[in-house]
Amino acid sequence: MAAPQPESKFIELKPFSDEMIVSMGPQHPSTHGVLRLELKLDGEIVRDAIPHIGYLHRCFEKHSENLNYQQIIPFTDRMDYIAAMNMNWGFCLAVEELLATDEKKFSGVPERGEYLRVLIGELNRIGSHLLSFGTYGMDLGAFTPFLYAFRDREKILLLFEKICGARLTYNYIRVGGVSRDTPPGFIDEVKEFIDYFEPQIDKYNALLTANRIFIERTAKVAVMDTEMAINYGVTGPNLRGAGLQWDLRRDEPYSIYDRFDFDVPVGKDIPELGVVAGDCWNRYKVRMDEMKQSIQIIRQILESGLPNGPIQAEMKAVRPPKGEIFSRSEAPRGELGFYIVSDGTPKPVRLKAKSPCFTALSALQELSRGLMVADIIAIIGSIDIVMGEVDR
Amino acid sequence: MPLGLQVAWNPDAIGVENLHQFFVQSSESWAQRYVQNHAPFLEHLPAPLGEFAIMLVCCVIFVAVVPLLPLGLVLAERKVSAHIQDRVGPMRVGPHGILQTLADGVKLIFKEDHIPREGDKFLFVVSPYIIFACSFAVFAAIPFGRSILVSELNIGIFYIMAISSVIVMGVIMAGWASNSKWSLLGAMRSAAQIVSYEIPIGLGILTVVMLMQTLNMQEIVKGQDGIANWLIFRTPFTFIAFFVFFISSIAEVNRTPFDLPEAESELVAGFHTEYSGMRFALFFIAEYANMFAVSAIASTLFLGGWHGIVPAEMLPQSGILGFLLRAVTLGGLLGVVIKTLLLVFVMMWLRWTLPRLRVDQLMSLCWKYFIPISFFNILGVGIWGLIFPKDSLLSIIISIAVIILGLIFTFGVLGKSLSQGPEPPPSSAERRVSATT
Repeated sequence: MAAPQPESKFIELKPFSDEMIVSMGPQHPSTHGVLRLELKLDGEIVRDAIPHIGYLHRCFEKHSENLNYQQIIPFTDRMDYIAAMNMNWGFCLAVEELLATDEKKFSGVPERGEYLRVLIGELNRIGSHLLSFGTYGMDLGAFTPFLYAFRDREKILLLFEKICGARLTYNYIRVGGVSRDTPPGFIDEVKEFIDYFEPQIDKYNALLTANRIFIERTAKVAVMDTEMAINYGVTGPNLRGAGLQWDLRRDEPYSIYDRFDFDVPVGKDIPELGVVAGDCWNRYKVRMDEMKQSIQIIRQILESGLPNGPIQAEMKAVRPPKGEIFSRSEAPRGELGFYIVSDGTPKPVRLKAKSPCFTALSALQELSRGLMVADIIAIIGSIDIVMGEVDR
Repeated sequence: MPLGLQVAWNPDAIGVENLHQFFVQSSESWAQRYVQNHAPFLEHLPAPLGEFAIMLVCCVIFVAVVPLLPLGLVLAERKVSAHIQDRVGPMRVGPHGILQTLADGVKLIFKEDHIPREGDKFLFVVSPYIIFACSFAVFAAIPFGRSILVSELNIGIFYIMAISSVIVMGVIMAGWASNSKWSLLGAMRSAAQIVSYEIPIGLGILTVVMLMQTLNMQEIVKGQDGIANWLIFRTPFTFIAFFVFFISSIAEVNRTPFDLPEAESELVAGFHTEYSGMRFALFFIAEYANMFAVSAIASTLFLGGWHGIVPAEMLPQSGILGFLLRAVTLGGLLGVVIKTLLLVFVMMWLRWTLPRLRVDQLMSLCWKYFIPISFFNILGVGIWGLIFPKDSLLSIIISIAVIILGLIFTFGVLGKSLSQGPEPPPSSAERRVSATT
């Protein structure tokens, strides 16, 4: 099933000296949360890296069976806490699709609500990719991009604070719309932010992306080709970094994404830089390019202006009809899926989340075999996992 | 018979005279001259004792002053990094946060001194002192002025190389004694790295020694009067050697982009992961002292040391005016410090800009690039010495012309590859075609 193992860069030496088993994590600065990797090391060379997950397991799915649909939304905030808006959105999309099977109960999200969702979702995508960019730089030893990224992410968080009162766990997107309308002057501030931020991306590219040492560290490291990515079910920037142009926002548009014009950046071979599609550099670069596309979407929203009207669909209670649904949306880290089984009561019978980070993490073991300790860090950073979402 | 052997064979020979020879070694030491010129009252003492007294005073000054350097450098590093990173850095302790390092030091003294239970206690305790002592012992042979140095050793630069190599032993001992796999990995990386980078450093020094025909640090400085005589500009090869030497020095003191032994995102803290409190502080202080030391060596060997841009005879030698003029022209004590701090700043600048290399890349940089370049330099300096046995105006003009042409050529090639940018943005039509679905 799996793609052939990429050839090890290092000459196999026989006989081996003793393997050293090292535990990387759960407290480690570069495992992006409480991931524990069991490394089998031969000197600096990693013979095997076995991820151990579950340190952040909070029984989200079981909890959900005892909660109303609206009560579940705060739990989704805690899945991918870097992109909580998109988590809210993914869950609400699933519930709305389930509701929409009965036309009497739900007639769709109002226009203004949809626009606000896209605006906030794309801002959150920028924030998430910024964090990924910053921590990736720090993983590879460049500390400064991290602080630049946090400086700019702070501006996004301030915008979120204005619109929903929270900085990290927003609980903003609700079933049928969003919870609050924009405060006065909000749209101008968004415009100010994207005008400020767009040139910054080029600066970051000059600082880190084009840095010779950075390219040396990431080019041709842990190449995940398209076939392997599909076999592992890897989605999002990791899949696009492998060279496959697949983005739910364009290919299966949900919400109002079909109204916007944007590119889907993909990874590719660039012989001058020595990078190949699917390596760490391309996975990283796709995120940098996606930030620009998000800005383009936000610009289109601002140009057309938000339509007037309600932000929340009128409905008595969220009580989906009997049935089941699997709905997916494009979160910053990949396709976020929710599978919901309803028996017609206000609580789901079963809820299952399909996490993009979990599938990406599953590819880690195959990607890291035969590389060096420092490459493990480069891989974890480039597949950009959030343990809150892996463990749920 | 060499003195050391003589002493070993005949213990009775250890008299004051021999001790004098043993410690001072130079036929006429700076201390001897100082006693003759400035402190004749000391001549009433037996000759070596007077010199010894002078040297002791100098030692005490160094031992008192040099440990204060890291205090300033740590703060400088924090402020430099803060301003590079769009922050302000420490601001609370003292005006503009200048007492922050002191407060941190006090905090570290009060911290629990923890020794891993399964670790090798003796090595664990000893290794910080080895690193600390060696980093400071290097300062003994660095001249900071015509008569500001602890010991004018005949083999000054050799002594510095030897002493700074001992640091790696402390690092390995620390990593091994911690009984932690991460520390051990850090120590092993450090051993490989420092031992490898000793070679380009040594070869870089060799080019200097070939030109100056001496190992004595003071003599090396004395030959570099005026900017045209600075060794960096003396031949095109020493110009290259300076950069090889400086970059290798950065690797030698384990700083980004070569900070693999203590890579905080890979090995948490490398060989000193298990250390706490004052023992950790010793490592920390040693690191900064080391940084200052290698920069001072670089400025002594290549940038004229206490000789400034203007030749010494054109400036007044005494008085406050002379002191200031020498400082302005990058000479004298202040001149050395300014040059050294400039190099230290470059190190900090690099640290907060660049990512870190991987182990194999670090090694290939050293063995595949620096060492061949260094050998080329040695060959070049040798040939240069044959063509221009004596330094003349002609040789200096040719040297500077070659350096400028080389720079233009290098940056022309580099600039062309840089101006192409990281990647030409492909049109969206291309992207659609490249999609495999």
